[in-house]
Amino acid sequence: MLRAIRHKSIHPAFCAFRAFSSAAKEMTVRDALNSALDEEMSADPKVFLMGEEVGEYQGAYKITKGLLDKYGPERVLDTPITEAGFAGIGVGAAYYGLRPVVEFMTFNFSMQAIDHIINSAAKSYYMSAGQISVPIVFRGPNGAAAGVGAQHSQCYAAWFAACPGLKVLTPYSSEDARGLLKAAIRDPDPVVFLENELLYGELFPVSAEVLDSSFCLPIGKAKIEREGKDVTITAYSKMVGYALKAADILAKEGISAEVINLRSIRPLDRSTINASVRKTNRLVTVEESFPQHGVGAEICTSVVEESFGYLDAPVERIAGADVPMPYAANLERMAVPQVEDIVRAAKRTCHRSVPLAATA
Amino acid sequence: MWKSNTIFNHFKSRLNFSLLSSRRFASTIAQNPSTFNSIPHANQQVIDFPGGTVKFIPEMRFISESSQERIPCYRVLDDDGQLLANNFVQVSEEVAVRMYNNMVTLQIMDTIFYEVQRQGRISFYATTIGEEAINIASAAALTMDDVIFPQYREPGPLLWRGFTLQEIANQCFSNKYDNGKGRQMPIHYGSNKHNYFTVASTVATQVPHAVGAAYSLKMDKKDACSITYFGDGGSSEGDFHAALNFAAVMEAPVIFLCRNNGWAISTPTSDQFRSDGVVVKGQAYGVRSIRVDGNDALAIYSAVQAAREMAINEERPVLIEALTYRVGHHSTSDDSTKYRPTNEIEWWRLAQDPVARFRKWIERNGWWNDIAESELRNSLRQQLLHSIQVAENLEKPPIADIFNDVYDVPPSSLREQEQWVKDTIKKHPLDYPENISA
Repeated sequence: MLRAIRHKSIHPAFCAFRAFSSAAKEMTVRDALNSALDEEMSADPKVFLMGEEVGEYQGAYKITKGLLDKYGPERVLDTPITEAGFAGIGVGAAYYGLRPVVEFMTFNFSMQAIDHIINSAAKSYYMSAGQISVPIVFRGPNGAAAGVGAQHSQCYAAWFAACPGLKVLTPYSSEDARGLLKAAIRDPDPVVFLENELLYGELFPVSAEVLDSSFCLPIGKAKIEREGKDVTITAYSKMVGYALKAADILAKEGISAEVINLRSIRPLDRSTINASVRKTNRLVTVEESFPQHGVGAEICTSVVEESFGYLDAPVERIAGADVPMPYAANLERMAVPQVEDIVRAAKRTCHRSVPLAATA
Repeated sequence: MWKSNTIFNHFKSRLNFSLLSSRRFASTIAQNPSTFNSIPHANQQVIDFPGGTVKFIPEMRFISESSQERIPCYRVLDDDGQLLANNFVQVSEEVAVRMYNNMVTLQIMDTIFYEVQRQGRISFYATTIGEEAINIASAAALTMDDVIFPQYREPGPLLWRGFTLQEIANQCFSNKYDNGKGRQMPIHYGSNKHNYFTVASTVATQVPHAVGAAYSLKMDKKDACSITYFGDGGSSEGDFHAALNFAAVMEAPVIFLCRNNGWAISTPTSDQFRSDGVVVKGQAYGVRSIRVDGNDALAIYSAVQAAREMAINEERPVLIEALTYRVGHHSTSDDSTKYRPTNEIEWWRLAQDPVARFRKWIERNGWWNDIAESELRNSLRQQLLHSIQVAENLEKPPIADIFNDVYDVPPSSLREQEQWVKDTIKKHPLDYPENISA
């Protein structure tokens, strides 16, 4: 289900022709999500979408574009403005055998529905002793966008990942978006699917395998985006891009960084992370969210528990500033990690391994 | 300029008149027709606003916060169990006797389990005393395909559908045969087999769940509805409002059954809301509603059956407010004599007992008598005491049940933790009680 994919450098007149002949080598995250939803709805009539503006408006961020026309109002539901309401209704529909994909306009608004996500979705399989399963997906943009202030910028990965019974996914690339969303929809457990608004428009290369409608990524497996031997950098969502840029800069200074795209916050791929740290002996965790009780803290604990003897330096944790997100552009820039922060952290871990004898 | 002059004059004249009497305000406008000509479309009586055509009126009319009279209450049997009229769905002898049996079962079960908790043998219990008619009659009016979303004061429908007293006892004692695998406190029953969704402690979360399930039933075109129960207190939760609004918009076949029993723990309805109960809230959301005598089994039966037909055939939600009284305490953690007069409780318990009222009706029909009554009560007591004894002496659930059912497929991290726990118990047996079975 390929759309004409625009290459900015190519004259539009050639666009459609080029799209077929280049066999769709690049795809935006938005199109990746849209195509994944489309394919899963086509394959299983029980999959349906719910959320504010998902239908007639084609989605607040156009992720659900075209789906109302294709599948009709019974399968693409524009909801009243009640997150608690439609989350609860989605859970009820899932209880009784449908497979809802519930969109939050941003996960900041999921706070109004978090009771249903935690107490109704996450815990029901356990509390009902396996009688009630909840094959629901809660998806939407998470974390900071640009210039949207405190109530539109928080990252909720750590909050949801703390709760047993949920699965929490954080795609980065278009391949991640397609493979993980399909996996989430097919999964019998409730899944929180954290996208990022600023990644929606980014183009990523996609192989023919990724474009196949049966493509699926395993939940709970991280991806090593870039191999390295001197320092491990873990990241998720938008920060993966920053970590890769930091790795380029570090390479010029002779530091070879291994970048891990977590993809899944719960379950966390502790074995991949620990195997990497045992190889590099140094770790920098990167996240955009508030530092306290965050994903980086959990990764640090995992490494201390399982690979303490392999660490040559304390773990460095890069996170957002411990303040509600300010609005002014200069202040906002200071409140989220930048590539330089990651580079400096990696260097700190490397320099600490210089033996004291060398300074004598 | 001309327009604003006349509007200024209009306000000036209004000011003068208002000094004399606010009542003259309406006639002031009527006496100043020049203002109408100056405002565009002033002569139109209606406009097509989004949502439909609306008529204009020159009076500033506030809708009163309450009507003169409360919405009347549908009733079939009087306090003495006599038929008031023939406006009800006929019930056969078989069904009536079965209903009565179940109401008595519920009453005795509650009395005995309450005592068991007081004796310290189970940790918690909540009774349904006074609400047996709502519990049983509503269930009797439904089919097994209709999906039930309870709050926590509705074990009656489970009993009606065949959940046994032994299964009740197993859950309350959370032994290894508890089909809830010892996961929840007592009275948090649930059974897929009986189409009864597991009780959760959260208040009113089941209300939107029922709407979602109803939507699913509609998509499957099933001849079934969903029904959800909640109390007067539950109707204050945001979930109630979201669910009703949604159900109307989605045209979902769901019955909302509110047990307005006057009390939410110690909060009387006068502190819960200022509307005329819960029934009036239906229309605000576009939901058809009815108020019913909750202590009248025949009225409940008729209303639920009618609601079910409307819900399924017309694809619409229906709200039923059953007025009743919570005779028991909120739970075993509560002593309601601390916040309400004992004589009030006693009056409802004796004079308004739904079980006794229904009994009078079936006796009058020749379907029941004293001998049957004492046989039933004795037999139930025996059964209950036996079930409790069996349940109490059974083993507790195995360790594996701590770690199962978190996810569809147990992740390796949980399997490791389970193994670790089992190894620790083996290594330090004296640190653990004997009834931990690995």
